[in-house]
Amino acid sequence: MAKFAKKKDGDLPAVSTASLPDIVFMLLFFFMTVTTMKDSSLLVENTLPNATEIKKLEKKDRVVYIYVGKPTQEYQKVFGTEPKIQLNDKFANVDEVGSYILAERAKKPQELQNVLTTALKVDKNANMGLIADIKQQLREVNALKVNYTTYEGNAFNNLQ
Amino acid sequence: MPRRKGAPEVNAGSMADIAFLLLIFFLVTTTIETDAGLDRMLPPMEPPEEDVVIKQKNIFTVNINKNGQLLVEDELMDLKGLRKAAMDFLENGADGTCNYCKGRKDPASSDNPSKAIISLKNDRETKYSTYITVQNELVGAYNDLRNREAQRIFGRSFVEMEGEYLDPKNKDLFTASQLEKLKDDVKRIQDMFPQKLSEAETTSN
Repeated sequence: MAKFAKKKDGDLPAVSTASLPDIVFMLLFFFMTVTTMKDSSLLVENTLPNATEIKKLEKKDRVVYIYVGKPTQEYQKVFGTEPKIQLNDKFANVDEVGSYILAERAKKPQELQNVLTTALKVDKNANMGLIADIKQQLREVNALKVNYTTYEGNAFNNLQ
Repeated sequence: MPRRKGAPEVNAGSMADIAFLLLIFFLVTTTIETDAGLDRMLPPMEPPEEDVVIKQKNIFTVNINKNGQLLVEDELMDLKGLRKAAMDFLENGADGTCNYCKGRKDPASSDNPSKAIISLKNDRETKYSTYITVQNELVGAYNDLRNREAQRIFGRSFVEMEGEYLDPKNKDLFTASQLEKLKDDVKRIQDMFPQKLSEAETTSN
């Protein structure tokens, strides 16, 4: 039984770590591909409505975002529960929308300044009054192209 | 023959291949999330130079009240019937100049699709979700009609054609003449049913 006799007792063989860098790189690449850059953290509730006749917002560099919705739980003490507008990282009033659009437009390269789209990410429970005010502001600064960002889904689910 | 080492070394040479295989798999399958939504144009601030007189029968009024109820052409209507009603109005073709319309040619409704205007009015307290649903149905009415015509002329749907035209990836895949043709085709269908959706200022009572 000489074949089996030489086993060293209690001594674990070392696992080769030569492939560790490969695994790490693999994970790195995976996360690099799936993560999307988030510009601003949400301060408002943002459950978008559903729609079917939607178009994709291609070319992220020509989009300006406006968020509307009820402040999230932690901000409700300070800002109340009425829907508010969020521009970049802070709450704003309706009359600041125009200047925000102008400021964002000035940041973009010259050739994109006339083709900007304003993406309105509005919570489904917001009222149209606020949206109408925002639209009025957008018209005043001549930002006429808007996109009501929605999820894809049956529009009649919105009514429940 | 007795072995001298505890365990044989595992060949790690193929590990890189496996890693690359996985990497390529994830690269291909994951899509970076893009936002989508309803595209709309707001009316410009300056009013048009001269007042255009529009016949009442060419306007399709949709009113949403604060409870989310619809008043279409002064009649209460369920949201589910809106798309059909809008389509009937758009392709009514009362003056007979529209040879592709399949409407009833009702003299009390719109003359032809290029004159037909849908006017949407809402209350300040209307919920946004209701508004989006109505917008979706109205845009859907246009898209359904355009799809039908595109199917008849080009054998495929308008939404597909437009998506292909707007997709930036296709800039590299298609030749310039193909793109030009696609653009003309899309334009042609759009002109058959031009989207005239006007939004009045909201009322607050």
